[in-house]
Amino acid sequence: MPTIHFVLKDGNTRSVDAPIGQSVMEAAILNNVRGIDAECGGCASCATCHVYVDPAYFERLPEPDDMERELLEGVAAERRPTSRLSCQIALVAELDGLVIHVPATQA
Amino acid sequence: MSPLSSTPPTLAIVGASYAGVQLAASARDAGFGGRILMFGDEPHLPYQRPPLSKGLLTGKTTVAALALKSADFYREARIEHVPDMRVSHIDPAAHRLTLADGSTLAWDWLALATGARCRALPMPGAGLQGVHALRSLDDALALDEAAHKGKRVCVIGGGFIGLEVAAALAGRGLEVTVVELGSRLLSRAVTPEISRFVASLHAAHGVRVLCNSAVQAIHGHAGKVSAVELESGECLGCDLVVAGIGVVPNDELARAAGIVCANGIVTDALGRTSAPGVLAIGDCAATPNPHAAEPDTPLRLESIQVANDLARAAASLIAGQPQACIAVPWFWSDQYDAKLQMAGLMSPTDDVVVRGDPASGRFSVFCLRDGCIAAVQTVSRPADHMLGRKLVAARTAIAADTLADPDFDPRTLIPR
Repeated sequence: MPTIHFVLKDGNTRSVDAPIGQSVMEAAILNNVRGIDAECGGCASCATCHVYVDPAYFERLPEPDDMERELLEGVAAERRPTSRLSCQIALVAELDGLVIHVPATQA
Repeated sequence: MSPLSSTPPTLAIVGASYAGVQLAASARDAGFGGRILMFGDEPHLPYQRPPLSKGLLTGKTTVAALALKSADFYREARIEHVPDMRVSHIDPAAHRLTLADGSTLAWDWLALATGARCRALPMPGAGLQGVHALRSLDDALALDEAAHKGKRVCVIGGGFIGLEVAAALAGRGLEVTVVELGSRLLSRAVTPEISRFVASLHAAHGVRVLCNSAVQAIHGHAGKVSAVELESGECLGCDLVVAGIGVVPNDELARAAGIVCANGIVTDALGRTSAPGVLAIGDCAATPNPHAAEPDTPLRLESIQVANDLARAAASLIAGQPQACIAVPWFWSDQYDAKLQMAGLMSPTDDVVVRGDPASGRFSVFCLRDGCIAAVQTVSRPADHMLGRKLVAARTAIAADTLADPDFDPRTLIPR
């Protein structure tokens, strides 16, 4: 199982193991990682599962689709080049060690 | 509203879905140090509902992925979730409640987050095997199982639930007919422009949509549904019926306690009911909404966002730093590959500006009220939706012909 390291708002890191196929958002919710709201439950409707992907891993992700790209225009925290919606990042073996930074706010 | 006793205060929450969980979580986050009990009448941990009519029926989502929060969350936040336990009586004057097992509990704050239940079909045959409704996880699992064996389904009601079920089941290869009483689909929630698009979308996927059609009776053989008879006399042969004709609020506890109700438990923008110390949040609550055409009339909105935001407001009250709920209502629906997103509350008398071509499957409808943007309804244009929430919140003024100009960029309207 790939390991995801969530760097939280307070600077602490929370590491979780999650099965391949699960989304980064689901892994966060099911492991009680704070700071990822996911109000729509992963339907790509709300932009409240916004995260910053560590640059070392960002290039390994498939490009965001049009829907995700549009929703990223509306995120509550600062939008950065590494911004993604965590519900749209499906875990694959190559993402083992993924580092995710949780933004300051989702609403 | 500080408790008179020296023991830590108790927050009792009746109902364990979005509103109840959000209230518990936000109260803790805001520093509420007392006991939090949350009573649910289902055996499950609180779970996500939108996938029940979408991903769960299409096989994209599994039951395991539906948990709203992990079990660890409730432990860490010291939220006592009591499953399978109904509250049978509340006594606001005595600050007590009675559980179905006869035991009683004293509370300092009581939050009614009892939700709503499906309106029952009023016609003969509604009790036949094969007639389903969809609200709970168990409802969804039962419908999923029935759909494995079913071939022809009749969906009664052209609202969001009915249409999402129609889309999911059509995608599974069932022959689907949607019967709607009104003259168009989704008439309460969306503009005629969106209704037309949704009707054509379903038609393109082979779903038969019948508007202006009332159901006379549901017929069966050997206790199982076999046909739906319309008032026109037409009989739709089917082996599965799904009713999606709206919900009624679960306000019985409040009514029995003398709390003011009017299509829901009436609250203010902090979730306060007419009984001191008693709050109501979520689908059971009717709350004036500053973004509605009639902002002073209590309005019951069935949406996750409203449930969450009113719960946050109620939590702020409990924590002693009241912040009223003024958020722009928003909701969404996924049907086939189309993403419908609604920001703000439309009114039938709004002026309407369409941006983009509905035939392209991607367009936005802006609703103007008194010269200001009051609602934005989009089909597969999430950027316009996110923008729309900001414009509705700011009550942005704009001339209809300016907004209708394809070269105009509405992003320039964002207030700074």
